[in-house]
Amino acid sequence: MSGWSLIRLYTIAVYFFMFLPVGVVVLLSFNTSQFGSFPMEGLSLRWFIELWHNDAIVRAFRISLLLGALTAVISTVLGILAALALVRYRFPGKNTISTLLIAPILIPEVVLAVALLLFLRWLSLPRSFVLLLLGHVIFTLPFVLLVVQARLVAIKREYEEAALSLGAGPIQTFFTVTLPLLMPAVFAGMIFAFTISFDDITGTMFWKPGGVETVPTQIFAMLRNSISPEINALGTVMIVMTVAVPIAGMGVARWMAARRG
Amino acid sequence: MGETAGAARPWILLSPALGAIGFLLVVPVFFVIVYSFWLRSATGAEVPGFHLDNWQEVLSDPFYRDILLSTLRIAAITTLSCAVLGYVPAYFIATSRTRHKTLLLLLLILPFWISYIIRTMSWINILGVSGALNQLLVATGIISEPIQMLYNEATVILGLVHFLLPFMVLNVYVSLDAIDPNLADASRSLGASSMQTFREVTLPLSLPGLAAGGLLCFVLAAGTYITPLVLGGPRDAMFANLVFEAIITQLNWPLGSALSIVLLIILGGIVAVYNRLVGIGQIAKSFG
Repeated sequence: MSGWSLIRLYTIAVYFFMFLPVGVVVLLSFNTSQFGSFPMEGLSLRWFIELWHNDAIVRAFRISLLLGALTAVISTVLGILAALALVRYRFPGKNTISTLLIAPILIPEVVLAVALLLFLRWLSLPRSFVLLLLGHVIFTLPFVLLVVQARLVAIKREYEEAALSLGAGPIQTFFTVTLPLLMPAVFAGMIFAFTISFDDITGTMFWKPGGVETVPTQIFAMLRNSISPEINALGTVMIVMTVAVPIAGMGVARWMAARRG
Repeated sequence: MGETAGAARPWILLSPALGAIGFLLVVPVFFVIVYSFWLRSATGAEVPGFHLDNWQEVLSDPFYRDILLSTLRIAAITTLSCAVLGYVPAYFIATSRTRHKTLLLLLLILPFWISYIIRTMSWINILGVSGALNQLLVATGIISEPIQMLYNEATVILGLVHFLLPFMVLNVYVSLDAIDPNLADASRSLGASSMQTFREVTLPLSLPGLAAGGLLCFVLAAGTYITPLVLGGPRDAMFANLVFEAIITQLNWPLGSALSIVLLIILGGIVAVYNRLVGIGQIAKSFG
């Protein structure tokens, strides 16, 4: 066997490793049996219907969606502003600031979680949805910043200079020239922030107020008992959401980029 | 617009992000450091001041040392496994002449988007007593009774590798893709075999990507506490589990703070060494 076919075989094996467990989750979620395991008894949508009627899960979904959406909007706005400064201006201390802004990726999330929680405690404020939101913003900001920055570097400065020389103010220039060109990255950044927030469990376990569950912490709580077909069904819904949403988002971003040229 | 306004503009743009990082990260981390020197009295109240008791406990108790070492070991094995499992597919995608490169890469990065908790628990469906593997082995007569394969250190590592592999693939791919294909052609035309070309040209040029992927895998693995809770046994706690226990369960904030700082110093040290050797910018490349 040639070296190249070995490489191909190895690659196929890795794909298999990555997708097998995920495939099994999807498969088992259609199992008729009330145990979340093999052998399968038959196919049904029973567990998806149960999910729909499970108040705790529906509530967790609402909270996760709201949290993800707010996180995405806030961290994208902060990310765009910071990226503009870092790409378009020269100023002292730029490298340090840029490292500081991506620090939340490099600091273990547990430490980040403890730090924020401790600060809140020092201020004598209880755990709340706002804390959860702030935590998610800090945690997703670096990702948004990196995505927006990468795109901004590729947008020629000349376009902005042309607008400025034609008499547009800096703010007008941003909204009529820069932002439209930046839209694919803004979109990608928002999707990125949303998915990271929607999926986060490490920080969320520290920050969530008592009685509030997001989808991942709800799944974690359900796992305490045993793995049920309902968890697999929830997993399938999550897989569809976290995979289909980014892919649709990327499609839109690419379409926008193609249209703008 | 005057000169001063122009000079102030980047700071105006940066102020919301810097304010957020400052108030929600820098100041809070400072508080963690301060708290690690406080004491918790027998009544559960905190005693402010400069006490070294927590630090003495954390640094001298073999319980903490053992868990720290096993955490670093698990992170190292995970990183190495990700490198071994991730390099070849990244190489395959980067050097194959297929038109479907992007699709192949996308497919391998896709699991990154699939929920971490779902991917972690999905292994229970495979390795559990009534999981796919046991059912298969019993059905084929290889074993007569299902065996417990879950809830040990190996399954913790397996879960972590499954979670972190896309980070490795992406980083290695980015650095392999940036290599000028003419270099390999030149090496071959000078008489090097393809193995020699790989060893002397391609591999060294892809090291920054391997290092970036390795750093992410190591730091993320060493900071995890959900994977051992889901896939590990009672003795497979990792360092972050201690932090969670101390803060959320025992409400011992000073001890939890000291433990957090230990984790921060060790992983921060590794990031600093990496930054010195490779540069933090390498990680940003995979977002381009």
